[in-house]
Amino acid sequence: MRTSTVDAPPPPAIRLPKRRGVELALLVAAVLISVYGYCAVGLARYGAVPPDAVRYGSALGGLALLAHISVRLRAPYADPLLLPIAVLLNGLGLVLIYRLDLQTPDTAAPAQLIWSALGVALFIGVVVLLRDYRVLARYAYVSVAAALVLMIVPIFFPAVNGAKIWIQYAGFSIQPGEFAKVLLAVFFAAYLADNRHALAYTGRRIRKLQLPTGRVLGPILAIWVISVGVLVLERDLGTSLLFFGLFVILLYVATGRTGWIAVGLVLSAAGAFAAGALEPHVHSRVTDWLHPFASIDAGRGPGQLAQSLFAFAAGGALGAGLGEGHSVLIGFAVKSDFILATAGEELGLAGIGAVILLYALLVARGYRAGLAMRDPFGRLLAIGLASIIALQVFVITGGVTDLIPLTGMAMPFLAQGGSSVVTNWIIVALLMLLSDTARSADEGRGR
Amino acid sequence: MTRHGRHAAAFCLLLLLTLLLGATRVQVLDSPSYDGNPANRRLAITRYAQPRGNILVGGHPVTGSRATHSQLKYVRAYTDGPLYAPVTGFASQTYGATLLEAAEDDVLSGTADQLVALPLWNAVTRRQQPGGDVRTTINPAAQRAAYRGLGGRKGAVAALDPATGRILALVSTPSYDPGDIAGTGPAATTAWSGLLDHPDQPMVNRALRQTYPPGSTFKTVTAIAALTSGTITDVDEPTDSPDPYPLPGSTVRLTNESSTEACRDASLRIAYQISCNTVFGKLGDDVGLKAMADTAGAFGFNDPALRIPSRAATSVFDTHMDRAQLALSSIGQYNTAATPLQMAMVAAAVANGGTLMQPHLVDRTPVATTYDSVYRQVMDANVAAQMQELMTGAVAQGTGRRAAIPGAVVGGKTGTAQNGENNRGMPFAWFIAWAHPKDSGTPAVAVAVVVEDAAANRADISGGGVAAPIARAVMRAVL
Repeated sequence: MRTSTVDAPPPPAIRLPKRRGVELALLVAAVLISVYGYCAVGLARYGAVPPDAVRYGSALGGLALLAHISVRLRAPYADPLLLPIAVLLNGLGLVLIYRLDLQTPDTAAPAQLIWSALGVALFIGVVVLLRDYRVLARYAYVSVAAALVLMIVPIFFPAVNGAKIWIQYAGFSIQPGEFAKVLLAVFFAAYLADNRHALAYTGRRIRKLQLPTGRVLGPILAIWVISVGVLVLERDLGTSLLFFGLFVILLYVATGRTGWIAVGLVLSAAGAFAAGALEPHVHSRVTDWLHPFASIDAGRGPGQLAQSLFAFAAGGALGAGLGEGHSVLIGFAVKSDFILATAGEELGLAGIGAVILLYALLVARGYRAGLAMRDPFGRLLAIGLASIIALQVFVITGGVTDLIPLTGMAMPFLAQGGSSVVTNWIIVALLMLLSDTARSADEGRGR
Repeated sequence: MTRHGRHAAAFCLLLLLTLLLGATRVQVLDSPSYDGNPANRRLAITRYAQPRGNILVGGHPVTGSRATHSQLKYVRAYTDGPLYAPVTGFASQTYGATLLEAAEDDVLSGTADQLVALPLWNAVTRRQQPGGDVRTTINPAAQRAAYRGLGGRKGAVAALDPATGRILALVSTPSYDPGDIAGTGPAATTAWSGLLDHPDQPMVNRALRQTYPPGSTFKTVTAIAALTSGTITDVDEPTDSPDPYPLPGSTVRLTNESSTEACRDASLRIAYQISCNTVFGKLGDDVGLKAMADTAGAFGFNDPALRIPSRAATSVFDTHMDRAQLALSSIGQYNTAATPLQMAMVAAAVANGGTLMQPHLVDRTPVATTYDSVYRQVMDANVAAQMQELMTGAVAQGTGRRAAIPGAVVGGKTGTAQNGENNRGMPFAWFIAWAHPKDSGTPAVAVAVVVEDAAANRADISGGGVAAPIARAVMRAVL
């Protein structure tokens, strides 16, 4: 730990490159790839470039440029990969949604573009207005209270497709749980930054396992109860898994105690077992996971998961090509939870590999920013935000490829869903600020 | 904190790596089983994404494809469905495919590997191959003549080119329109169940897939067995045949349809001309089971592997019988059963000097050409020449007069097969024949006709009266 050196005056002679030019070049590439995908869909479906390709390209390019300018002004040392990856994933998501729009009765791409614009606006807002991320630590308890409210509110709204995670009003629906993720990450980071010593160095030791004391066990149990509560009351297994996984990761990073992992594993196993046994919605997901073709054998035709597997398999190594697949067979949620199946069928394992690598890069750069920081809150916040992305990608990708039980969750940036895309842009904005702080501090120390 | 942060990072990346492995499993390792799952609609979507290749008769397509504007883009259409249904079969989005549509499916649907000109390049582009056309051997004039000749009656016609084995006509009536069941949805399912429930079973291919007792037409096989085995050396020498003929080991006495005295001790020529049951029943017994079964087998009886390329129903000549049963079998009764195609092959072998050519329905496809091949040498040329004489005699002076064609040499044999328990069923009228122009020795056509007409007067059902004119029309169309 070298936190004491943070405030040392910068030696002016050595300057780190800001790498904004790299970011701009990568942004151009990201926009061009997205526009190419958009044109490829049109060519495959109609034999012509979609008439609004220029408009789509300029909208995405304009958003990317505005975000880039705000970064140049306010976070000049930020990681140059984060923004291009976000733009590319968002652009690719729009391409996939547009492609599915052509074969489904509803049209989702224009709304998704508007949500993306709102997301970029919030990105710019965060980058411009949040001068110092450390002020967030002051609002830790406000954050957790707000997160709880956001998670509880949907319970009073009708369930949509088995999950009570939406607020629907006047044809307008949002998923408040998405925003709660960021707020909880802020709270966890702030709480653990303050209490990590108490959590780490008290309690009994059994062989190599350092067990936490009962006093500090209280908050972790509270989080566990909330996670299970979300699961049972809202029937949202994915979010529950995400919250708990996030907390265990941050706890481990903050305290370095393997005991917490043991406790976390025991509690999550107990929670998962109880949910699987008692909650019919979760139970059916587990059954589907183990027997994805049961409905075919029963003569009811393939279910969503089977259709998803068919789509992935049809893609093979190289994919059918954009616009050439039949992933619409999945039916409901093909643009949201199952969006990756379309990527799998039309872009193949090559495309899926590229997408997963993009996420891995995003996560790695988030972690890198976190590990480079000396401020425990900033470090935990960066790691927490990066972990949210990793866990989310794992839960939904694992679900649609039958690796783990399927739980409804939005693929970050790719999937249809306004709340999700907005939240992910906020996450990227925060990571940008954190990486900016980390690297400008590096420059400050003249390394 | 840094060390544990790195652990957490490694954990997250491990999660993502697991996803890559999971995707590899689904997309590469297990993908063949997912792709081949019958519940995977992609199979049907790909199959019907392009127009199917056509089946050609006389160089013109008798099939087509209709755009549907639905998920399965093209549906099979038939220009002359009922006429060619026994040739084409059907290709249905709901019920699969039969006959040529099934046998040549890989060519018609474009999935045959040999259709791909540049396999490696195609593996990269994965462009779907257009379906190939299947050119049949059918002679449209003969097919039409047979169909028109059968009219509304239940029956079948098979016609061959004896010199090559090319199938010239394959007709079964009543027929159906395969286009009615080609699609999906209630229209197709209603048509399908209507066809299944129809008392006349229009979807049965009577020419290829239905066996009938061949009756007196089978006497041709018996005569050939007798000549080949040496049981008879002179067709004009009187045989030692009583009338009626008491079946050996039985109290039943075999009689003749027409109660003339001519059958007693009749020569083979006369017995064949006026179709004496007594003479041929005794002759079969004289020849013996082994030689009879060998000769029948040489024609294709008891051959389960006969394909044209669709499988033909196996014609039967029993190989485990007592003497009375053998005598009855030798006049085409008891367990003896033959498809119209099989009896056309009998006529063809006689016409072609004893050489039976492999019957085939496909002339060529983009990936294969059918070359003429010999099925079996059934009899030597000498026996064949004697049989040709007997058969032309049966047309010139015997029961088959109504098959005679001016300017052509026609040989034939009638048959009226008894049917059902104690012959209560309506008998089947048979006629087998061959013909060639007077100025040419090359046989042009061999044909077998069967009419099972429950609506007709029993007395009218006779090979000579009902079936011979149809055979004549078909042969005229070819000549």
